[in-house]
Amino acid sequence: MKITLTPQGREVEVARAKRVADLLDQLGVTPGTVLVIRGEQLLTDDARLSASDEIELRSVVSGG
Amino acid sequence: MKCTRCRKPAEVKIRAHNSAFCRDCYVVFFRRRVRKAIDTEKMIGKGERVLVAISGGKDSLALWDVLHEEGFETVGFHLALGIGAYSERSETKSREFAEARGLEFHVHALDDDGLSVPDMMVATRRPACAACGTAKRHHFDTAALEYSCQVVATGHNLDDEAARLFGNVLRWQVDHLARQRPVMQPTHEKFVRKVKPLYLTSELETASFAFLRGIPYVVEECPNAAGATQLTYKAVLDQLESQSPGSKLSFVNEFINRGSAGFIAKERETAPNTCGGCGMPSFGDLCSFCSLSAEVRRKTAERNARDSR
Repeated sequence: MKITLTPQGREVEVARAKRVADLLDQLGVTPGTVLVIRGEQLLTDDARLSASDEIELRSVVSGG
Repeated sequence: MKCTRCRKPAEVKIRAHNSAFCRDCYVVFFRRRVRKAIDTEKMIGKGERVLVAISGGKDSLALWDVLHEEGFETVGFHLALGIGAYSERSETKSREFAEARGLEFHVHALDDDGLSVPDMMVATRRPACAACGTAKRHHFDTAALEYSCQVVATGHNLDDEAARLFGNVLRWQVDHLARQRPVMQPTHEKFVRKVKPLYLTSELETASFAFLRGIPYVVEECPNAAGATQLTYKAVLDQLESQSPGSKLSFVNEFINRGSAGFIAKERETAPNTCGGCGMPSFGDLCSFCSLSAEVRRKTAERNARDSR
């Protein structure tokens, strides 16, 4: 599964994550601090993932 | 997960409200939340023109979208900070939003005055955020007068307000606590009301709204924000929120409803003077922005003279 971290522009490969919550846990991302995007859709933390998914984790935290 | 309202598949889960929404229902939910904040706090009066401070990020563009869709008369105002490619992208996103909707939009470039944020940082040797904040307050005030607006609306969200409140409480900055409100009434005839309609909506909520509405925004953070104390406070509060959903909302909301009344004694008096530089209200001969401008110009000239020797 290919994961893109935005705005860092970093890409990571995750071998196995059944659900969004597992993915965030594996990557050490605090829930609620990113949008989880698959294509044109947002995913909630219980959404199921598959190995062929391409996921964008887009930070929502601004420093203003 | 199903939408709490219509049972379609949900795209957004808001743990603080123990709710989930599909795309269409979320847009309705978000607009209602913002509208309720505006009405409850009496932020915008009937027929008033609203200057919306637009950075090009998710919060200000989501706010402008809601205000426009709710039928308020809005004027977008973007202060171009002169921070390289980041500022160029910010202005482009702001302009594209306005043009796509045919909305009134104005830009003031700090570079045109020789006062870009990098110029101010180098000259004053102070953190960028301090000078940037002074410039923004000044230009929002003068733009509101220039474009005949009675209200300035900014995109400060729940996370911004929670982090600010956390910092103010950590140091018991009672004068700052006295001024932390979703609505600040003008203290002079040349100032206008300042409002924060997103003060009870989280960053996740505004980002979700911007995404689901198809609003392109600048995702990257201001390069000067790296290491900012506010980001540390936000990270602490995010950890707390993940363990105890709704903590940030109750922290800010209960402060406004129950705590803030204890900090109203030190409201600033009306500025007695007129700034010799810009004609806006001031406490000394110059307002804080014109004092900063004078300092930057003086130090820049001194540096140029040294370099040419």
